[in-house]
Amino acid sequence: MTKPVGMEVAVAAAEAVALCNIDVAACYPITPNTHIAEHLADIIADGRIDAEYITVESEHSALSAVMGASGTGARTFTATSSQGLMYMHEILPITPAMRLPVVMGLGNRAVSGPINIWNDHSDIMLQRDSGWMSIFADNGQEAVDMFIQAFKIAEHPDVLMPINVNMDGFQLTHVVEPIVFPTQAQVNKFLPPYKPFASLHPDHPVSMGTLGLPEIYTEAVKARDVVLVNAKKVILEVWKEWEKMFGRKYEPVASYKTAGAEILLLTMGSMGETAEMAVDALRKKGVKVGLLKLKLWRPFPYDEIRKAVRGAKTLVVTDRAVSYGGPGGPVCSEIRAALYDQPNRPEIVNYIIGLGGRDVRVEDFMKMVEGAPKAKKSGDDYQIYGVRE
Amino acid sequence: MSTLTVTPNYATGVVSNFDLFAGKLVDREEYFSCGHRACQGCGEALAIRLMCKALGKETVIANATGCMEVISTLYPTTAWKLPWIHVAFPNAAAVGSGVEAGLKVMRRKGRIPDRYVKTVAIGGDGGTVDIGLQALSGAMERGHDMLYVCFDNEAYMNTGIQRSSATPFGASTTTAPAGAASPGNRTWKKNVPEIMVAHNVPYVATACHSYPIDFMNKVKKARAVKGPAYIHCLAVCPTGWRAESKDCIKLGRLAVETGIFPLYEVENGKYRLTVEKPEKLRPVTDYMKMQGRFRHLGKEEIGYFQERVNLEFAKLMNKVECIQSWDELKG
Ligand SMILES: Cc1ncc(C[n+]2csc(CCOP(=O)(O)OP(=O)(O)O)c2C)c(N)n1
Ligand code: SF4
Repeated sequence: MTKPVGMEVAVAAAEAVALCNIDVAACYPITPNTHIAEHLADIIADGRIDAEYITVESEHSALSAVMGASGTGARTFTATSSQGLMYMHEILPITPAMRLPVVMGLGNRAVSGPINIWNDHSDIMLQRDSGWMSIFADNGQEAVDMFIQAFKIAEHPDVLMPINVNMDGFQLTHVVEPIVFPTQAQVNKFLPPYKPFASLHPDHPVSMGTLGLPEIYTEAVKARDVVLVNAKKVILEVWKEWEKMFGRKYEPVASYKTAGAEILLLTMGSMGETAEMAVDALRKKGVKVGLLKLKLWRPFPYDEIRKAVRGAKTLVVTDRAVSYGGPGGPVCSEIRAALYDQPNRPEIVNYIIGLGGRDVRVEDFMKMVEGAPKAKKSGDDYQIYGVRE
Repeated sequence: MSTLTVTPNYATGVVSNFDLFAGKLVDREEYFSCGHRACQGCGEALAIRLMCKALGKETVIANATGCMEVISTLYPTTAWKLPWIHVAFPNAAAVGSGVEAGLKVMRRKGRIPDRYVKTVAIGGDGGTVDIGLQALSGAMERGHDMLYVCFDNEAYMNTGIQRSSATPFGASTTTAPAGAASPGNRTWKKNVPEIMVAHNVPYVATACHSYPIDFMNKVKKARAVKGPAYIHCLAVCPTGWRAESKDCIKLGRLAVETGIFPLYEVENGKYRLTVEKPEKLRPVTDYMKMQGRFRHLGKEEIGYFQERVNLEFAKLMNKVECIQSWDELKG
């Protein structure tokens, strides 16, 4: 194990991707993913890894190109944010349909309009149902680890599905953190070469991406859903193996000071660390509060969520995207659905916070927890927190 | 790579050195097999079959959404004996870029056999000249070692004969219908081969399935180019052109003989007509009268059409006669 180095997280993410010995990358710049795209280009230009970097003319082509490359059996990577992800939208659901294990780095950012380059989760939430696996990093170390894990998960013969690794824009991508990198030898041991089920080569011609009539479409959809649901097993295995090798533990729902907690706070992404500080402060004040951090977003960890909230009276779910005119934030909707049939489920309070880079401080988390009973009484399904009226 | 050298004179109907003619020279292997679901007399399916023969086995195809994808890959069947990938409508060139990069790096790293395999991206006119133009421009500008072939049937046929920017002036389509207040499509065909020349693509050509040897020669030449190449192949669509299936080949010929769709190639900047220029171009009405899509046109519109064809042909001949190749310019 190497010593920690201070590094910008986006740069570290590119280093992690390079450790995975990718074959083809195609990235189109958009803030705040640019530093991943640039640093990866640097690594390849310096000959540190042998890969092709395709300087595509758009995100639509970026994903298309990595799909073509992945079809040949190459290990592929792309990165984007916000409007870039929106621009890929047409292609996103086709990647899992074709079982191509593309890995994508997402520097999460609000979507237009108004145009805003700062962080929230509205980009990924708008793509939530495209059939990709989705994981969220809390900090730089997790981002690095998750990229290496991502290739292994995506390329597992039982999975062969694309995956995106989410890092909060700026709050994560642009901060310098101490990061421990695994050695190349360790990564090589952990991550075997990608063995495609079928690939585009004249020696064994195959047709990929064919036409499916109504007789077959439903079955194709079901097959994809089954694979995605079952991917959780592989994700858990890969995380166990990681823990054994590197000592850092990964779980679909990580918990912090949840023992005896009556109120649980739930976050996804980099806000978890701020929320931990709020939990510490509240615990000091005698509030029985704990924190859940959702790291696995797709496939959604129903069992783990149900287990994690057992015994709690109130669950305060934070969301960083709005489902306009809908039932609340997308994360909370999923959690409500997961708990609906459960006996003794906690009361759920949903706050939508931190939109478009709005700062969320320790005090805000404390206020949300302390204000939960009142928020519940209001009868609203959700509240957009901190709106200046 | 050897290229075929037979140049039949279609104007006179005389085929010189018959011993060497198509049936004997063309690969018998089918890479685009029969049993697909194209309409009778589909020029596009024929063109693809010819293209595949000229490309040979060591080829990977990236296909845009459109008639050819839909008629050839109804799951669980496929008409393709070559490795083939379809992702979406606008992105054949981008998918092809990735295939090319993937094959290159995998070969370099010894993960696939160390053999040259050509990447070919194909699309209809809609997938090429409209929605896919950005991806095509990007791929050609980046200089991927890839051939792009546009099969131009002059409308979005797969979705029901809507106009594209390759639809000729005056054609009636379902989104540019002829009516009391409209002559049908009001614009002239976008000149994408010329746009490709402007990208400094080393090999650009126009072609048509009705001139099979000429087309296959061009595909072979393009295949041999190490870098980007572009072929714009006119593909007759009897369904969309409101013509008879049996007239498919004839219509392709007439498009050339009237000068509406001249066959030429641009090799390193040098223009050359590849099918002998007839003494006199046939009148455009010879071509139009066989197609229902031009049925409504009056004298005035046909007059405009003829004038514009004359002008475009003259512009092309001006290039053929005056423009020097890049090598000549260097020297
Ligand atoms: C983004 C998008 N828009 C529209 C369509 C619907 N669509 C499928 S094929 C097609 C037209 C294809 O026309 P062309 O490329 O000319 O090929 P042809 O079918 O004529 O061979 C259209 C509009 C689509 N698949 N994707
Ligand atoms: S509609 Fe036209 S292009 Fe499509 S299959 Fe039929 S003839 Fe061919």
